[in-house]
Amino acid sequence: MARKLIVSTRKGLFEVGKSRGSWKITDAHFLGDNVSLAMHDPRDGTDYATINHGHFGVKLHRRNKGAKKWDEVTTPKYPEKPEGLVDLDGWGKDVKWTTQMIWAMEPGGPKEKGVIWCGTRPGGLFRSRDRGDSWELMESLWRHPDRNKWLGGGADIPGIHSICVDPRDSNTIRLAVSCGGVWRTEDGGKTWAQSAHGMSFDQGPKEEAGNPDTQDPHMMVQCAGDPSKFWVQHHCGIWKSVNDGVTWTEVKAKPSSFGFGVVVHPKDPNTAWFVPGIKDEKRIPVDGALVVTRTRDGGKTFKVLKKGLPQKHAYDVVFRHGLALDDTGECLAMGSSTGNLWVSENSGDDWVQVSSTLPHVYAVRWA
Amino acid sequence: MAKIHFTSNLRRLVDCPTLDVEGQTVREILNEAFMSNPRLETYVLDDQRVVRKHMRILVDGLAIKDLEKQSDAVKPASEVWVMQALSGG
Repeated sequence: MARKLIVSTRKGLFEVGKSRGSWKITDAHFLGDNVSLAMHDPRDGTDYATINHGHFGVKLHRRNKGAKKWDEVTTPKYPEKPEGLVDLDGWGKDVKWTTQMIWAMEPGGPKEKGVIWCGTRPGGLFRSRDRGDSWELMESLWRHPDRNKWLGGGADIPGIHSICVDPRDSNTIRLAVSCGGVWRTEDGGKTWAQSAHGMSFDQGPKEEAGNPDTQDPHMMVQCAGDPSKFWVQHHCGIWKSVNDGVTWTEVKAKPSSFGFGVVVHPKDPNTAWFVPGIKDEKRIPVDGALVVTRTRDGGKTFKVLKKGLPQKHAYDVVFRHGLALDDTGECLAMGSSTGNLWVSENSGDDWVQVSSTLPHVYAVRWA
Repeated sequence: MAKIHFTSNLRRLVDCPTLDVEGQTVREILNEAFMSNPRLETYVLDDQRVVRKHMRILVDGLAIKDLEKQSDAVKPASEVWVMQALSGG
C-alpha cells in the first residue's frame, strides 16, 4: 500500500501522507525553489529531487532512506562541444550542449544497484551507476544522426520526458521524446532505433504526418505486469501498442483525446487513465469541468470520472508528470497547474482534494 | 590580488565567500575561486563553461564582454562581481 506522495512544484517539494483518515501535507523542502521533478527509488528508499534554478542552472539533490537532510549530488553534464561542430535541431536551431532541464528520472532495473536514468532537455539521456555521484551521457543516442530531426514542441527545445526500463530485461529501455518519437535500445544503450511507427500528426504536410522522428508523445507508460503493452498520450491523441512498441494504434476518447499525463494499471494493460483537455492552443478542461477518463477494455470505451473534481470554472492543467498511480493500481494522485492536488483511493471513481493552495504542480510520485 | 564577490542569492545555495584571487583574466580569476569549491562552477558557468544565460560578471563596475571564454582583463586591484542578471519581473 502506498505510504506517501512526493509533489514537485514551482516553489518547493511537498510530502503528503494520510493520517487519521485524511490526506495532509506533512513536510516541505526547498521552499521557494523550482523543483521540477522528484523520484523515490523503491529499491533502496532513496529520494531524488531536481531543482531548476532560473539563474544558477539545474541541480540534483539526494536524500538517503530515513535521512532528513538532502545533499546536492552531481548534475548530468554534457561533454565539451567539439569546436566548429554544427549541431542543429529539426527546426534549424543551434543545440546548446548544456543540461537545461531534467525532464525524466527513473531507477534502473531491480538488480542494477545504484543505476539511475535521467532524460534531459536538450535531448541527452544520462545514466548514473552510483546513485547520482557521477553520470555518463549515452553518446550512442546523442550522436545518432536522427537526433538532429528532433524538434522543440511545447518547450523550445527537444527533450526526453519518459523512460521505461523493461521489467523483463533492464538492457531494454524505451524513451519518449518531445518531439522525437519513441526510441528503443535492447543492448543497454549501445544502439538505438526509432519505435514510434503508427503515430501521426493531424496537421501540417501530409507526407510528414507519420514521420516517427518528429512525433510528439507527451507521455509514455509500460504495463509492469504485461510489459509488451504500452500507452502514449500524444499531442494529437492517444496511442497504444500491444507489441513492444513496434507499432502503435490510435484510440479515441471523449470528451477529448488531448492531454499530457497517462498511467496504466500495473497488472492489467487494458486499464489506463488520462486527464483530457481542449487541444491544443487552449489547454484547459472541456467546458471548464475537470475530469479523468479511464478505460478498462484497452481503449474501446472510456468512463468519465468526475466525482470530487471541480465541474465549474476549473482551468487546471495536469501536465505529463502530474498524474500518478501506485503499485496497487488503486490509488491515483493528480496535481495541477493551479496548485490543486487530489487523491483517489478507488481507481478514480471518487477524488478528495488534498490542497488548493500549492504552487504550480509539475510532478506527483508515490513513494 | 583581485577580489571576487558573489551575489548573496548564490551564497544561499553554495559556499562562496569573497576571495582574494590572482589572475590576469576573468577566467583565471574564476578558476582560482572554483578551486576552493568545484561545485560553485556549476552555478556560474554552464556545461560548456559559458557564463550562464541569466548571470553577469562585472569587473570594476563594467560587465564583461566575453561571456564564452571570460577573457576580459583583470588588474591586480580589480573588484570582480558575480551577479544575477535582472531578468523577468
